[in-house]
Amino acid sequence: MRVNWPNQDGDPISTALNAQERHVTPDASRGAEAPPELVQLLTPEGERVEHPAYDIDLTPEEVRDLYRDLVLVRRVDMEAVALQRQGELGIWASLLGQEAAQIGSGRALTDADMAFPTYREHGVAWCRDVDPVNLLGLFRGVNHGGWDPAEHNFHLYTIVIGSQTLHAVGYAMGIQRDGADAATIVYFGDGATSQGDVNEAFIWASVFNAPVVFFCQNNQWAISEPLEKQSKIPLYRRASGFGFPGIRVDGNDVFACLAVTRQALKNAREGQGPTLIEAFTYRMGAHTTSDDPTRYRVAGELEAWKLKDPIERVKAYLFKNQLADQEFFDSIEAEAADLGRDVRKRCLEMPDPHPLEIFDHVYSEPHALLAEERAQYAAYLEGFEGSER
Amino acid sequence: MSTLTLAKAINEGLRTAMEDDSKVLVMGEDVGKLGGVFRVTDGLQKDFGESRVIDTPLAESGIIGTAIGLALRGYRPVCEIQFDGFVFPAADQIITQLAKMPLRSLGKLKLPVVVRIPCGGGIGAVEHHSESPEAYFTHTGGLRVVACSNPVDGFHMIQQAIRCDDPVIFFEPKRRYWEKAEVEKGAVPLAFDRGQVLRPGTDVTVLAYGPMVKTCLEAAAAVAEEGRSLEVIDLRSLNPLDTELIFESVRKTGRCVIAHEAPVYSGLGAEIAARITEACFYNLEAPVLRAGGFSTPYPPSRLEDHYLPDLDRVLDTVDRTFAF
Ligand SMILES: Cc1ncc(C[n+]2csc(CCOP(=O)(O)OP(=O)(O)O)c2C)c(N)n1
Ligand SMILES: [Mg+2]
Repeated sequence: MRVNWPNQDGDPISTALNAQERHVTPDASRGAEAPPELVQLLTPEGERVEHPAYDIDLTPEEVRDLYRDLVLVRRVDMEAVALQRQGELGIWASLLGQEAAQIGSGRALTDADMAFPTYREHGVAWCRDVDPVNLLGLFRGVNHGGWDPAEHNFHLYTIVIGSQTLHAVGYAMGIQRDGADAATIVYFGDGATSQGDVNEAFIWASVFNAPVVFFCQNNQWAISEPLEKQSKIPLYRRASGFGFPGIRVDGNDVFACLAVTRQALKNAREGQGPTLIEAFTYRMGAHTTSDDPTRYRVAGELEAWKLKDPIERVKAYLFKNQLADQEFFDSIEAEAADLGRDVRKRCLEMPDPHPLEIFDHVYSEPHALLAEERAQYAAYLEGFEGSER
Repeated sequence: MSTLTLAKAINEGLRTAMEDDSKVLVMGEDVGKLGGVFRVTDGLQKDFGESRVIDTPLAESGIIGTAIGLALRGYRPVCEIQFDGFVFPAADQIITQLAKMPLRSLGKLKLPVVVRIPCGGGIGAVEHHSESPEAYFTHTGGLRVVACSNPVDGFHMIQQAIRCDDPVIFFEPKRRYWEKAEVEKGAVPLAFDRGQVLRPGTDVTVLAYGPMVKTCLEAAAAVAEEGRSLEVIDLRSLNPLDTELIFESVRKTGRCVIAHEAPVYSGLGAEIAARITEACFYNLEAPVLRAGGFSTPYPPSRLEDHYLPDLDRVLDTVDRTFAF
């Protein structure tokens, strides 16, 4: 699929804004105006296509690295689903189908950039060098988030839909005040775009010209609700009403996600303010392991999206262009299997926290009430010494 | 008579209310085709259509705010908040608008909005899915707050809440959704602002609501063998409280334990204890004691059994009332 891009000067994202403003007609309320544009650099068949505004020049090694990332995060995810099925995790939110959106955007970040995830950004976590086992703690119920956000420039997972968008904007305002060469990226879903917090974040970012990239993974579903329940216009077009550029990218195309996010981050760092990126993708699995999608969506939908699988197209590209041989693919498979085994093993080894840890870290300074409750509960537990509790 | 789970009983209660009154609407996230994450609204959209069973955008403030508007237009919306922890984005609409508008209109406006909230822990969930936020709402004048603990009440109380012209915050103990009981649909229900003695006893009054009722009944059964007699009262209504029922029991037993999952500190138990002390001071053999959660955020699920007051903690508290 080739996309016709309006021929205009300037950087691609401002071009996108202009382009899209032209398409917003006064009676655009039903979203029936110009079809949404989609930035794509790699087709589902693995063909490289040109885009007038975005290009990417990747060495064969870089492409192989992206492929490796995609395969490994899918494997971690698979393992987590299996661990949940076996009762080792309470719940898991699978990223299946969204690997390219997460790896493409995650690999666009510099070390100095800061990322704010939802609960599904296991692929971005991977790019930020968060040990996959540390992602499991929250889902296993041993902690509320097992990594140091500052160490990885990757914030804790946020479960309350949309809250983190405001945090990201505030963080970006801090970057701005520090004069730092960095930007913030914040992840959220299609459903989240309905939340007040997200809309307030758009306003803040716009008014303060904050160096933030809003990365919306439109996976078509918010649990059982399809996108139409949240929006009558393509989500990326929301941005223009807030006064910043919005762009839709093929969320299953890792090249395009990387190129578009890189540009948006660069613009943010250079003082050009926020961008909304809508990564058009698909939640191939259930919402979480507790969910049963057969109740609300037809199987054919999944089948159609399987043809657009984010990993297969990179594999096809590597093959076709003879950038990788069977030996390479086998070695990645082997690495994935090892990683899966390792994640499983270390998950099972995760100890349960000590009961008195309930009282830890609630305050940073001594607190009389908690000290009292802790002492009382310790004494209570001692009464059970030797018996079960 | 039919045997129903709590989830199914509320479902049938909603169905009956919708059949009885065409102004009754159900709205919330995933309440339609999915039937809600706990299936409490299962089948309602199929039978009553999308204009009466509304899958809303993902925005709790929007759910309550628009429910207020619908109520102003004569509808009786029943809003589902998917999990307790997600009521907070709606707190502004509930506290600043829903609770106060009838008064501000000098009684001309009625807001018969029901806000259903699956509450409490014990299901091994991640954070924000196990909260007990009732005290925020019992602290807010203008809201009625109730909690059902069993299928019989689930079926009847939801209908009473819907018929009530005041806003009602309706708590449903999620870890009890699958508990079953015989429900007599034609029975004349107890008024929904009354408490109920579920197990008569003579030594200690045990007050509970929502998820803790079952725990307290089990505790009472466990100590009965030792010859200790607990009177277990299901409060049912948290604002207003059925104080007469409570006082009558405490005057008889002279001892009282209050159990809730919410933190003890500034919890509903504190209000009840203060009232009992005031009304039953000369009948008390011991101070009113409370068993509840700690003053910390709800812990990761592997520790929730320590956080939640269980049978042992309730009985330990009962024991302590005999130390005075
Ligand atoms: C404030 C709030 N309300 C409700 C929920 C329950 N909930 C969890 S995920 C979800 C759907 C989210 O959809 P979307 O934003 O599209 O993200 P996705 O899960 O598809 O990645 C809902 C309603 C929540 N976590 N937070
Ligand atoms: Mg979604």
